[in-house]
Amino acid sequence: MRPRGPVWLAAPAVLVLLLVLAYPLAIVVWRSFTDPAVGFDNYVWFFQSAVNRTVLQRTFVVAAWVTLVSLICAYPYAYAMTIVGKNVRLVLILCVLVPFWLSGVVRTLAWVILLQDSGVINSILRGLGLSPVKLIRTLPGVIIGMTQVLLPFMILPIYSVMRGIDTRLLQAARSLGAKPWRAFLQIYVPLSLPGVYAGVIIVFILSLGFYITPALLGGPRSTMLSSLVQNQVLSLLNWGRGGAMGVVLLVATFVLLAIAAPLMRQKHSSTRREA
Amino acid sequence: MPSFSRVLLGLFCLLVAVLLLAPTLVVIPMSFNGNKSLAFPPDGFSWQWYQNFFTNPDWTTSFTNSLLIALIVAVVATVVGTLAAFGVTRAAGRTGGLLRAILITPMVVPGVVLAIGIYAVYLDTHLVGTVAGFVLAHTMLAIPFVLIAVQASLEVFDRRLETAASSLGANRLTVFRTVTLPLILPGLLSGALFAFITSFDEIIVALFITSPYLKTLPVQIYTSITRDADPTVAAVGTLLFLATSLIIIAGLLFGMRRGRT
Amino acid sequence: MHAPQRSAGAAIEIRKASKHYGIFTALKDIDLHIRPGEFMTLLGPSGSGKTTTLNLIAGFTDISSGTLDIGGKSVTGLPSHKRNIGVVFQHYALFPHMTVGKNVAYPLALRGIKGEDREKRAKRALDMVKMADFAHRYPNELSGGQQQRVALARALVFDPPLLLMDEPLGALDKKLREWLQLEIKRIHRELGTTFVYVTHDQEEALVLSDRIAVFNGGRIEQIGTGRELYDHPATLFVGRFIGESTVLRGAAELSGNDTVMTIGDQKVLAHGRLAGDARPVILLRPERVALKRPGADAVSGENRLSGTIVEAIYLGSASKYEVKLKDGTVAVVRSPLGATDFAIGDVADVAFTPADLILLPDDASADVTLT
Repeated sequence: MRPRGPVWLAAPAVLVLLLVLAYPLAIVVWRSFTDPAVGFDNYVWFFQSAVNRTVLQRTFVVAAWVTLVSLICAYPYAYAMTIVGKNVRLVLILCVLVPFWLSGVVRTLAWVILLQDSGVINSILRGLGLSPVKLIRTLPGVIIGMTQVLLPFMILPIYSVMRGIDTRLLQAARSLGAKPWRAFLQIYVPLSLPGVYAGVIIVFILSLGFYITPALLGGPRSTMLSSLVQNQVLSLLNWGRGGAMGVVLLVATFVLLAIAAPLMRQKHSSTRREA
Repeated sequence: MPSFSRVLLGLFCLLVAVLLLAPTLVVIPMSFNGNKSLAFPPDGFSWQWYQNFFTNPDWTTSFTNSLLIALIVAVVATVVGTLAAFGVTRAAGRTGGLLRAILITPMVVPGVVLAIGIYAVYLDTHLVGTVAGFVLAHTMLAIPFVLIAVQASLEVFDRRLETAASSLGANRLTVFRTVTLPLILPGLLSGALFAFITSFDEIIVALFITSPYLKTLPVQIYTSITRDADPTVAAVGTLLFLATSLIIIAGLLFGMRRGRT
Repeated sequence: MHAPQRSAGAAIEIRKASKHYGIFTALKDIDLHIRPGEFMTLLGPSGSGKTTTLNLIAGFTDISSGTLDIGGKSVTGLPSHKRNIGVVFQHYALFPHMTVGKNVAYPLALRGIKGEDREKRAKRALDMVKMADFAHRYPNELSGGQQQRVALARALVFDPPLLLMDEPLGALDKKLREWLQLEIKRIHRELGTTFVYVTHDQEEALVLSDRIAVFNGGRIEQIGTGRELYDHPATLFVGRFIGESTVLRGAAELSGNDTVMTIGDQKVLAHGRLAGDARPVILLRPERVALKRPGADAVSGENRLSGTIVEAIYLGSASKYEVKLKDGTVAVVRSPLGATDFAIGDVADVAFTPADLILLPDDASADVTLT
């Protein structure tokens, strides 16, 4: 009756992944240890260079900022999505999805237009009688641009968990004598944490590997690791060093995933509302 | 919640919505700019950037290249990803979960690391600047999206309907064609759409494996942005935005019509 | 309207069939012979093996050992879509993306029946279940009972010689269930198809069936008509599963060819004796015992057990009493209208002749599977 080994249906997909994911990554790792000489030279070089250490640190700091700003924006927004009526919710969801409809590279161009010295934001600031700020080719500019791109990845997981929280639990807490804010912090927030964890980890990991937005919005003082990798390989043709940087980025990503994966699992499934 | 907090929350959400929509709100008027400049607000009105897009061979060839590659990717990734979704959903025990985790890794591997690896492999195998090279790389990137979309439909699909169809005389292929496929079609179509967009919009790997003879649209946009302030990019962005909106609205309407049944 | 042609029903012959899932044995050495055109019900509690048997016949699972013949031919290894058997599922299993008409025409299309012929036969099948007016609706626009009637039409439209039904009325409310039972009975009478019906509801089994196979723990305990199972259960499990009953347990001794059991300090005489050295129990049917004032209305040779009324229920056509006997057993008695009335707390005798009781070997497992 049933296909004998349904697992084999995944074989073509696995084959594609082996050819254009596993094999290329293996080559990157291999070259980082062998090009130009066998050994750890490329890694020693990477961690000894002050510039590289600064860039590595900056990459993590930017990722942390983007994650934090996204979370601050996303949590109230996702909560609002759960308490409004059907029509307002549709509008709020559209606002989250519409950015996806604009090509990624074009979106970065839009941020150039918005952030440049004579751009929209500075025009508004001038209009309000405030002094203009330097945004383009600065770290804050990069962070704003990246946050806009990544915000949906924070809002959607938080919303999907919040939607499942039984709000009667809040009423129950209120009936037991908890003040509204206390009930919210002690009952609602803990129940929403799985979504927060999921959003935080996704946004942080995607931030680490960001390339286009920092390359176009950033300047020399806001270079991130991806740009250094690209520079080593395409401009300096130094595959070993570029590979070593790539491996550092890759390892950081998977270590973070391994640490965070258990946090993302739904622990409070029993309190979820029946569908 | 007291009404004061509600007003505060509402204002905050408005700000977030503006942040989310700002690029779209800027790009559309910019595409009608009268001058070759990216200063905002645009100066004057003209269709010249749309005209440039449709007449300049740099833009038209890169557009047709992207269209061709994305269409092939949509077909290949949908077939391969749908098969994989069946494998993942119907595998016994923990195998399915493990397989799924493996198949969605393309989503989390940093783009540049992947790009230099693929570039290295393609240099050796002469795939740089070829349609086959683009299709292969983009299919790999699109598989997770197809997998997730189709798996979601498969999980709500009632397998007992397959048993019923079999008892009524349908062989396995007929069961798939007449019962399973029509019922998971929405997931399949949204998977195909995701695959198309993934390929059509892909830039990082494309920047590495492109050649002067085969450029995709995002590569053309990228070089245009880095070279000069050309509002043609805004016109392209607006056109793509409109096209995506139309496809998604059509999809929603199609979904609603089916939702009745 | 006219029903599909009367077809010759298929016979089913199951011999020494077993089904194992890993180390779990779902069916152990069952023998079951179903006659052509018969309405056979597989009755038993959940996990007793009745649905497994149905799945074996339908071809949804393979037999582990033994043989299975349908219509005189072995079907071992034959996939379900080649067996030409109609199946009705508890969950209806109507295709949500097809209209009622398309659902019913589906098996005809698979058999290469085209055009007007297909339309006509689909309509005839829908007429049979009185659903022809709904042909253009989608399944989710129908009630549960309507969906199940469409499912029945779909399973019968291709004139299968055999129809299998797996708890088809399980999800419906009582009134609808009773009405559909009569519909199913009527359709069976009209078609002459062999029906195999799985249920855990013994009343439903009694209403519908020509014969009933009672399943317990992967075995068939007894096969017979409803009357045979009720009046002459082969095992304590069957006796308790079919209809209401009171089980009396006590020290038993033989007196010639009779068995005498001591209940509390009173003795009960039963004709006959059990083969072997099984411990006997006595099964009483509520309407085969009478409730009498202590010592009154004696009939010669009758057994009397005294007790106290603990529950009295007026049922309209009869009264039901629960009587607590001296050994603590609660006996159920059904008194016809016009019999003496009793109130809770009254002292009364439960009276029955040796011909009214059923002597059976004790089986502790019956208590486990029934509670």
